[in-house]
Amino acid sequence: MSATGSSARSLRLIPGSSRASAKLSLRGVSKTYRQESGELVQAIDDVSLDVEPGEFVCLIGPTGSGKSTLLNLVAGLDRPDRGEVLMDGHRIEHPGPDRAVLFQEPALFPWMSVRANVEFALELSGVSKAERREQAMHWLSKVHLADFPNAQPHEISPGMRQRAALARALACQPDVLLADEPFGALDAQSREILQHELQTVWLETRNTFVFVTHNVREAVFLADRVVLMSARPGTLVAEHRISSPRPRAFEDVLLAKVVVDIHDHLLKEVDRTVSAESNAQPDLA
Amino acid sequence: MWWAASATGHWDRVLLPSPASVWDALTSHLRGPDGLIAVAYRSVFRLFVGLTVAIAIGTPTGLAMAASKLVQRSVGSLMVGLQALPSIAWLPLAILWFGLNERAVLFVVVIGAVPAVSIATAASVRLVPPNLVRAARTLGARGSVLYGNVILPAAVPGYIAGLQQAWAIAWRALLAAELVVQGARGLGHLISQSGADLDTPLVLAAMIVIMLVGIAVDFLFTLVDRRVRRRRGLLVTS
Repeated sequence: MSATGSSARSLRLIPGSSRASAKLSLRGVSKTYRQESGELVQAIDDVSLDVEPGEFVCLIGPTGSGKSTLLNLVAGLDRPDRGEVLMDGHRIEHPGPDRAVLFQEPALFPWMSVRANVEFALELSGVSKAERREQAMHWLSKVHLADFPNAQPHEISPGMRQRAALARALACQPDVLLADEPFGALDAQSREILQHELQTVWLETRNTFVFVTHNVREAVFLADRVVLMSARPGTLVAEHRISSPRPRAFEDVLLAKVVVDIHDHLLKEVDRTVSAESNAQPDLA
Repeated sequence: MWWAASATGHWDRVLLPSPASVWDALTSHLRGPDGLIAVAYRSVFRLFVGLTVAIAIGTPTGLAMAASKLVQRSVGSLMVGLQALPSIAWLPLAILWFGLNERAVLFVVVIGAVPAVSIATAASVRLVPPNLVRAARTLGARGSVLYGNVILPAAVPGYIAGLQQAWAIAWRALLAAELVVQGARGLGHLISQSGADLDTPLVLAAMIVIMLVGIAVDFLFTLVDRRVRRRRGLLVTS
């Protein structure tokens, strides 16, 4: 591996052996995939991470650091080449409603109304038909969509669609919520509003949360712990615990300080990759 | 241009009938047991029956092709091969098997439309957005629930677009078969009959009816297509 890979490993702060109490644990997980061109790409290399029950972990790293790959492994949408991905000590084999996922695109079913999308999730979780409607409205009102149950997804704004997706994920009452840059495609304002709402909802539900983002401010605002990943192949390089009490505000000075720290760290990580790449290809430097 | 060319009198009136004579043929032959309306009705009814049978066979075949690589390689390749074949090429065999009758015509229609329906069905399933399937799987949908509640509904717009192609293939196969099979007195038969009688205005009148039917059926499909796509926000307005 590159110089980045080996130095990253020595920086790793997460113990290799997981505690029995962990909700999620990744042990020595690696994943390589083949690009359309046929080229093999190692997305993540020897990642170990424990997430405690009820803990909010943000994964942050430069583009291509394998954050999404890692999330897909926890979601059960993909299998690791090496290592284990465990939930409550059991190996994750399939996707399931105990690990609801928020994707960058809301992925609402376009032929269903907003409420029908949530009801479908409830149906899959085994909620009886009589109760589905009421429960769907409950979750929709949690994300302030109670006035739009009969709208089709394309009739509401992108921010509202992402809220509907959140309601659908919450309706599964998952042990673990996974999010892959869910607010990445939104405008700055909607993004901030949704971050606030997510914090409010999560303070009630307290699901274990793994949230992938490349936005440092978002990570620091939401997380109990921010885990930094290196550039490809993704490894865990550092972590920051955020102990500010909740509910948090963006103006929080303490948070601002952590944001600066993590930004510096991230920039160094990017610099190192850039210099490693330009050393390999001096003509491009 | 047609009117001007025929008005010069340079060409024989049988070879190039005037628009007025075609209009006359069209209006004077509308009614009656062998009028254009009755004849067109017989052809459209056959189209309906043939297309229904083709959909009933082609749709499950296409779903199987999308679901299994093995079926795709075997049945799917056969369907591609059949699609390359003009369906009228089946007519000699169809006549030997069924005789010079309506069943031979229907057979040609069905064997012409089944490949189009099955290939379109398989393509519409393969083109289902993967993010919807992933989302459904993370909600716990699997197997027949995933298929019936997510993959099939998501494939509907592509499926309708495929049927819009398939019916046109069926319609052309039907008319070609009717041209030959004398027992089936539809629009195709009317063309060959009038051609033999040198009644070229009626030939052209029948061709116009064929096009009008085409436009009408296409319009029906477009209505359904727009309805489905509007509901999903896939329609470009403005």
